Amino acid sequence: MTTSRPADDLRKDDKRDEPKGNGGPAGAIANWVDERTGAAKGARFLMKKVFPDHWSFMLGEIAMYSLIILLLTGTFLTFWFVPSMGETVYNGSYVPLKGVQMSEAFKSTVNISMDVRGGLLIRQIHHWAALLFLVSIMLHMARVFFTGAFRKPREINWIIGLLLFMLAMVEGFAGYSLPDDLLSGTGIRAAEGFMLSIPVIGSYVASLVFGGGFPGEAIIPRLFTVHVLLLPAIIVGLFTAHIILVMVHKHTQYPGPGRTNKNVVGFPLMPVYTAKAGGFFFIVFGVTALISGLVTINPIWMYGPYEPTMVTAGSQPDWYMGFADGALRLLPGRLEFTLLEHTFVFNVFIGAILLIPLMWTAMGIYPFLEKWVTGDNEEHHLLDRPRNAPTRTGIGMAFFVFYFVLFFAAGNDLMAIKLHLSINDITWAFRILTFLGPVMAFWITKRLCLSLQRRDRDLVLHGRETGRIIRTAEGRFFEAHEPLNRYQRWPLVSFASHAPVSLPAGIDRNGVRRRKAAADKMRVRLSHFFFNDRIEPVTPAELEAAHHHDEPVREEIDHTVEEARRLEGDDFGGKLHGGAEELSSSSAYGHPDQR
Amino acid sequence: MTIDQPRNDKDGAVSSHDGHSEVATRDGAPAQFENPGLPPHVHRAGDHDEKAAKRSERQVAALFTMSMLGTVLFIVSYFAISADDVVTLPLIGPMKALHAALGTTLAMSLLGIGLGAVHWAKTLMSDEEVVEERHTLRSPDEARDGALKILEEGAESAQLKRRPLVKYTLGASMGLFALPLGLQLVGSLGPLRRSKVVGDLQTTLWDSKLPNGKPRRLMRDPDNTPIRLSDVTLGSVFHVLPEGIDEAAHPQNEKVKASVILVSLEESVIKSAREKAWGIGGVVAYSKICTHVGCPVGLYEQQTHHLLCPCHQSTFDMTDDCKVVFGPAGHPLPQLKISVDTEGYIVADQGFKEPVGPSFWERS
Ligand code: HEM
Ligand code: FES
Repeated sequence: MTTSRPADDLRKDDKRDEPKGNGGPAGAIANWVDERTGAAKGARFLMKKVFPDHWSFMLGEIAMYSLIILLLTGTFLTFWFVPSMGETVYNGSYVPLKGVQMSEAFKSTVNISMDVRGGLLIRQIHHWAALLFLVSIMLHMARVFFTGAFRKPREINWIIGLLLFMLAMVEGFAGYSLPDDLLSGTGIRAAEGFMLSIPVIGSYVASLVFGGGFPGEAIIPRLFTVHVLLLPAIIVGLFTAHIILVMVHKHTQYPGPGRTNKNVVGFPLMPVYTAKAGGFFFIVFGVTALISGLVTINPIWMYGPYEPTMVTAGSQPDWYMGFADGALRLLPGRLEFTLLEHTFVFNVFIGAILLIPLMWTAMGIYPFLEKWVTGDNEEHHLLDRPRNAPTRTGIGMAFFVFYFVLFFAAGNDLMAIKLHLSINDITWAFRILTFLGPVMAFWITKRLCLSLQRRDRDLVLHGRETGRIIRTAEGRFFEAHEPLNRYQRWPLVSFASHAPVSLPAGIDRNGVRRRKAAADKMRVRLSHFFFNDRIEPVTPAELEAAHHHDEPVREEIDHTVEEARRLEGDDFGGKLHGGAEELSSSSAYGHPDQR
Repeated sequence: MTIDQPRNDKDGAVSSHDGHSEVATRDGAPAQFENPGLPPHVHRAGDHDEKAAKRSERQVAALFTMSMLGTVLFIVSYFAISADDVVTLPLIGPMKALHAALGTTLAMSLLGIGLGAVHWAKTLMSDEEVVEERHTLRSPDEARDGALKILEEGAESAQLKRRPLVKYTLGASMGLFALPLGLQLVGSLGPLRRSKVVGDLQTTLWDSKLPNGKPRRLMRDPDNTPIRLSDVTLGSVFHVLPEGIDEAAHPQNEKVKASVILVSLEESVIKSAREKAWGIGGVVAYSKICTHVGCPVGLYEQQTHHLLCPCHQSTFDMTDDCKVVFGPAGHPLPQLKISVDTEGYIVADQGFKEPVGPSFWERS
């Protein structure tokens, strides 16, 4: 194009290398941003990322979404909440509390609930989301554990997840305490008792936390800073690291045809996962809003403000603290004793201070223990079906049962009332169950896994029971078994079965390396504990053998078919009546079609 | 229904035990099965039937419209419903109408978007699975060596090895720099003097006399009125605070330690001689703060003379020095020695003889 206008001359040196966007205004903006950030490279990489589909992968998603809901609603609450223990008199619209002395914190929470339009909804969403957050974290962790998703290279994320779980509990406890109502005040009072039980430094710890004696005036403002700034910052930081690692590792997947340790099979982020996961966020938020609108939680106006001399019967913490409360109920008072002029308060210390770090350490060590026992240094991106790791699954169930025995022990008083039993008996039963329950759970779970594995083998070797009975000419009955095709078979045969390691010869006589030898012995013992009872996956040779074994039966059936054809002549058309009719498509007890 | 050809992954074999292996057994059968590759794809109704796809489109649009409706209803409810209105919902009971309306309309607004998007993804977006390759996370040796080399060269150029003095002093100062911050925090969060910290735990307001030198009366909580011995009929229970508590520097802190329960028992049921001596003819006063972790021990059972803590069910026997008969508490509730003043009111002659409330290291 030629031009002669002077205005065009002015522009003729302008750089025109910006590619003509043909995406309309959105394309223009995208172009503008990319030229300044180079974001398109990253965006292309991200949008192509593949995520496998499974309901159990949504548990972590729920945790993520409830965290977002908490950040959002929590920020709203800060606009009206007054984190102060200054005394004031209530004069708001809620009549039963008119004229009552209370702290600013409690007053502002009643105010949010009664006088701020929609404030109660935000409070209720915040509290329900907190409960959902913790349930989903716990179930997500259980999924990761039972499927072995913590194995190399994901150990770091297992540890980060554990930290998140613990911090979420502390964050929840701090938030629960903020309104300064009778129930939460009782909780903080107990927390002071916990701190006092720490040997040597307990009294000083309590003095530091409360800024002097209990309750003082510092604890609510301090908990507020912890709740809205310190812990959210740490939680969001850890959570970000968690998600980045998921991106780096790429999501694990369940074993299945076409899925290998070297690929991910699923749907790309754009558009399918964006729609599914984004939509799921709105579903989680919507369900939380619905529950919050209809089911009241923590009606602090009914509990009244914290009064040190008062307590409500049946006071209980939020569910996620229940197990520690239960432990406190089970530890006998005899564990408090005086030695060398000092008081050891182990009846409290063990349950309230030691329990959580101990449990978390045990969980944190597990991946490394298992790796040491198996000596397995591979990357694992295919999940285990829980039954294929019977010992691990047993250990996990033992841990769960331990947790829930303590959890239910926190309801020993309610049970005594509901079941008309003596609380003494119930408490003793729980004490015994704390030790016996996990052992039983381990044993039962392991046996269950092994028999499920045996069932898998049967399925692979002899096919699915169809429920159709076939009668042979001699009057014998057989059930028609439908063989698995190779796609159905693959998930059942594609797992690893570790064999227990044995002591390398000579080590035990090697006097110089005694310590190493002791470690080796330990490893051998653990390895036997883990893998002595094990079921191997079916091999092609075994399947072949099973066919030979089933051959006589098959021949008999074939004979029956032959016989029938002979008797009924041509109008039979080569087909049998009833169950045997299906023989053409799925032979009874027969060969799986090996395509 | 159309069935595609099975798609075989080019890389079915993987690490030692997750994939197949070429090791063959004696009779020629492979030791492990071979990954059959992705199963044939089964198409959905909407993939070929434009009518079904159209139906899905309408459903998704209806859900998004439901969301908009929820949003509008939320706004209307926010302005239109009075804060005092109450509705009775089936199964749930009476509720604040405004709250229930805002909750359900917000849920509608959010669920419409969520369900719509998921339905869209499931019925209209491609449901063909995609395969992405994984790569080992470990960096190639070359990259590792490169990184190591840069580090070594950096250390070399900084003369880290040749100047140990710099290295050690840097290490030490890095190890120590957090101390001032830590000290500021720990030193100033609360009092740390032993006399203050432990003293605070060991004393209550009952230890001190009133400013006019008289012993403190036992006052009803929360009426703040003194108790005449003659008002204490057999079997009655009083929740008690010390006289003059509102004048204390930190009334709440004092209440936590000084609250007391006063009970009138038949003198003959009391088993302990000291308990009798510290009471007045069967009227005895005990600390109301549980010796477990400090809840107020609020529940008194007339028949058994047991005091029960609602927090973890520690049970104390009021006829026997308030010893623990059940539960996790480790020691009895301390008794408060009481007598009657010249006007007939109950007073405390002296403070508790041992610390009240939860145990701590310096308690004994
Ligand atoms: C990360 C996880 C979080 C959890 C588990 C959590 C949990 C809780 C809980 C259980 C309560 C008591 C609610 C009630 O009154 O019934 C609460 C209160 C509160 N939270 Fe959070 N919260 C979290 C994050 C946040 C964030 C990020 C903020 C602010 C930026 C926040 C601000 C508040 C405020 C101001 C209150 C007191 C107001 C009230 O109780 O009504 N929270 N929190
Ligand atoms: S505080 Fe009384 S039993 Fe725990």
